[in-house]
Amino acid sequence: MSTIDYSEKIPNNVDLANDRTLQRALEHWQPRFLEWWKELGPNDFANSDVYLRTAVGVDAQGWAHYGTVKMPDYRWGIFLADPIADRTIGFGDSFGQPVWQQVPGEFRSQFRRLIVTQGDTEPASVEQQHRLGHTCPSLYDLRNLFQINVEEGRHLWAMVYILHAYFGRDGREEAEELLARHSGDVDKPRILGTFNEPIEDWLSFFCFCYFTDRDGKFQLKSLAESSFDPLARTCRFMLTEEAHHMFVGETGLGRIVRRTLEVMKEVASDNPEAIRRQGAVDLPLLQRYLNYWFSSSLDLFGSEVSSNAATTFANGIKGRPDETTQYQDHVCADSSFEIEVPDGKGGIMKEPSPMRNAMNEVLRDAYIRDCEIGLKRWNMQIKRAGYNFELKLPSNRFRRAIGAWANIPTDLEGRLIGREEYDRRMPGWLPSASDRGYVKSLMQRVVEPGKMAAWIAPPERGVNNLPLDYAYVQLN
Amino acid sequence: MAAVLEAQPSPPLVTYDTHPERYSHWRLAFDGPVATLAMDVDEDKGLKPGYKLKLNSYDLGVDIELADALNRIRFEHPEVKCLVITSARERMFCSGANIYMLGQSTHAWKVNFCKFTNETRNGIEDSSRHEGLKSLAAVNGTVAGGGYELALACDEILMIDDRSSTVSLPELPLLGVLPGTGGLTRVTDKRKVRRDLADVFCTTSEGVRADRARQWKLVDHIAKPQGFKDAVAERAAALAAQSARGSGKGVTLNPFKRSIDAGGYHYDNVDVVIDRKARTATITVFAPRHDVPAGVEAIHSAGDKWWPLAMARELDDAVLMLRTNDLEIGTWIFNTRGDMERALAADAAMKANENDWFVRQVIGFLRRTLARLDVTSRTLFAIIDKGSCFAGTLFELALAADRSYMLQLPDDETGAPAVALSELNFGAYPMVGRGTRISAHFCGESKPIDVARARIGEKLDAKLASESGLVTFTPDDLDWNEEVRIAIEERASLSPDALTGMEANLRFSGKESMETRIFGRLSAWQNWIFVRPNAVGEQGALKVYGSGAKARFNWERV
Repeated sequence: MSTIDYSEKIPNNVDLANDRTLQRALEHWQPRFLEWWKELGPNDFANSDVYLRTAVGVDAQGWAHYGTVKMPDYRWGIFLADPIADRTIGFGDSFGQPVWQQVPGEFRSQFRRLIVTQGDTEPASVEQQHRLGHTCPSLYDLRNLFQINVEEGRHLWAMVYILHAYFGRDGREEAEELLARHSGDVDKPRILGTFNEPIEDWLSFFCFCYFTDRDGKFQLKSLAESSFDPLARTCRFMLTEEAHHMFVGETGLGRIVRRTLEVMKEVASDNPEAIRRQGAVDLPLLQRYLNYWFSSSLDLFGSEVSSNAATTFANGIKGRPDETTQYQDHVCADSSFEIEVPDGKGGIMKEPSPMRNAMNEVLRDAYIRDCEIGLKRWNMQIKRAGYNFELKLPSNRFRRAIGAWANIPTDLEGRLIGREEYDRRMPGWLPSASDRGYVKSLMQRVVEPGKMAAWIAPPERGVNNLPLDYAYVQLN
Repeated sequence: MAAVLEAQPSPPLVTYDTHPERYSHWRLAFDGPVATLAMDVDEDKGLKPGYKLKLNSYDLGVDIELADALNRIRFEHPEVKCLVITSARERMFCSGANIYMLGQSTHAWKVNFCKFTNETRNGIEDSSRHEGLKSLAAVNGTVAGGGYELALACDEILMIDDRSSTVSLPELPLLGVLPGTGGLTRVTDKRKVRRDLADVFCTTSEGVRADRARQWKLVDHIAKPQGFKDAVAERAAALAAQSARGSGKGVTLNPFKRSIDAGGYHYDNVDVVIDRKARTATITVFAPRHDVPAGVEAIHSAGDKWWPLAMARELDDAVLMLRTNDLEIGTWIFNTRGDMERALAADAAMKANENDWFVRQVIGFLRRTLARLDVTSRTLFAIIDKGSCFAGTLFELALAADRSYMLQLPDDETGAPAVALSELNFGAYPMVGRGTRISAHFCGESKPIDVARARIGEKLDAKLASESGLVTFTPDDLDWNEEVRIAIEERASLSPDALTGMEANLRFSGKESMETRIFGRLSAWQNWIFVRPNAVGEQGALKVYGSGAKARFNWERV
């Protein structure tokens, strides 16, 4: 059982009180973090009282501690999941040896790069969602947005802790850079392209949570397997919070589908025009948003065949999600994996790649299967309502910008087509300017407790068993 | 692009001649005094099968286009004062030489590739120094390894400061080799990066971001993304202001005629005959067959047909072809043929018009071509026989040679071969060590150089040439055939590695320059590392890169 030091400014279970060096580093960083939060976080709601979950420990009582706080007073803490006794390295060349409690010098740069890239996405998403609060469809949703924002902030803390505690001067500099880069800032953009696009409507926000954050979940799951034990424990704990972000995405999109089905029933039509007249999101429009977000999230996994992926797997730096339970061969020295690549003649062919080099693709496959779960649920709703419309994920070859399929025109099913046809049909596949305009017109804020915007159904239950009409946010 | 001809001899031939219309990897654009060369490597167009040129990485084919583009700018665009080298990609300038290409290449291929890329980068500096063609590396994204080495060859480096892009030389930590295209040397010798910081820099695989890069003098200027375009324009204008180049009508470099057959490579002014059994190539260079235009207007209207340029381009191509395609041809025998008066007249025309931009470029082309000979890993013999024409510029071939044989005909004064020097032997063609070839020949001793200089324009027969120390041996007609035959056969029998090492040492006497340090110290160490199991053994760093397997080193320090 961890001992938690509540008395310090920074709730933690890493014995911060007895590590003066680390404490000073973090206490120096904390004011900068707060400045950043005030400038680029949900700053227009600094005075609002928000019903938030705060992690004060890693056990069942500790990690879901609810209370009403003003966000700048949120206690961003540092928590590592409890250590597993005698944990050994679960994959790669050092399989079976004891895990590392310090970063081995020879892997310093590889770890640093992964941690910085992961860390950079956390504040980036807060910045992307910076103005979303003004158009919330309900107080319940507003609170969920803020919950995600503060937890992304805490995940930044988690990565910064690792940088400060294990990477010396270099790590401190990188921690500062995590606050210096800003989403969408042309002069100092965030590292990954996707994280520089602002999220301006709630449909996009739910898609982001469902698709983009799910990439985060898979990255965290694979880092949770890492041989560097403090990183593994950090990521394991982050995953408990990340689950809520997936939940917000899945239920958000599910509630939109539910509302749309209600409207379809009311107007007895599936005509998008008729549905839009009632201020709801027609299903083809939703499909276009799914096409957009799914395809751009796939690129986050990187190239199908990757030397970096091979190196990080071999060296025990980054494993596969659920490495222990899902796989038999944890070394993968001689196995191979079939990758689909363009055959150069307008078709598709399978090409074997050494398994280690194909780890990005292994991860992406698992991700796609995970993405399909929500769609099944929504399609069930649609079917039960008596419509034979089906939401679908586009092919993993569609609209890729990275890897073997980068810039190769395909249709939604992944069939190779000509560039001209691709350009001509694209407006039907992705949200058009008028789609976006329409969605924007729906974004009117609803802040009366219990009320929902017309385009989204209420959730099945409130937060932490509170009623739906609870004032989850008091705007003040 | 550099075609890999399907012709014989058996392995496909690599050729070096190309044209901007055929480029796969670069975009060349002109805007008044500024030319922009943007790297945009087509990953599927590697010179050889087996690797993809991802992330703007390069192989020999990419560099062949770069070398061609430089010559186009030099000759076809005299208005260009500053060349901007940048990338057409976002957030990625160039990731350096392709590692999979290096991993699958033979030792000889790697060495030849590095040599050519080194020469091209030296050429960028050479053109800045001698011809006033300035260059700016506009590093608009991450730059690594060979990409940074290319930037290092420019007069200035401007780097984007987007808080993410880095500059690095990751060869040592990632691949277990050196930044061998001048990187290690230019960081200290040219940019004066402090030695301890250079040590940190060259062992940090992730490199440093723009702010630190400037602090450590790895780059000259940094600019934020929004201001980057303006900063490029400003620095290019400032560099252009230092340039002596200016207006004038460009001279088109048309394709030269070349035929390839089992016997060798054949051009108008150069002929290469290969004897595969004897492992020799006889390279005959022909003096002008007609009077060479000497007035500046006539020279310009002759353009690329002007003998000094036509000959230089063909000789350059022959050298590159032989170096790349004929590895076992270890001895090159230089012959010359033609009218000595015309050869000397050509030199006089170059000397008289040396301030004309075009003539200056031609001299520069010759200088860089001759400099290739000095670093060629082949034995070079000059054979000065009846009908030969080692005069002025063509005498540089004899000076570049490791030794020379000159026929003595005591009974035939008129038919006896002669050699002659011109002004151009005394400064127009410095070697990469900065000194003249005649100075290197005499190990920098001024007395014999002065004696030689006093004989400029004189036709020196074997006896006089020998007395002046200009030739090695002067057998008479009775001994000639046997002596020359035996000398060549004996030479061809010696260890090729030891010969390469010995020749590389003896050709560069005296002071070192940055370039000789690159070709000597850096290349020699790199080439040693390139054959060590720690780099290229089954578990060597270069071999296992990208597979995920970790290199296994023999930890012994040698």
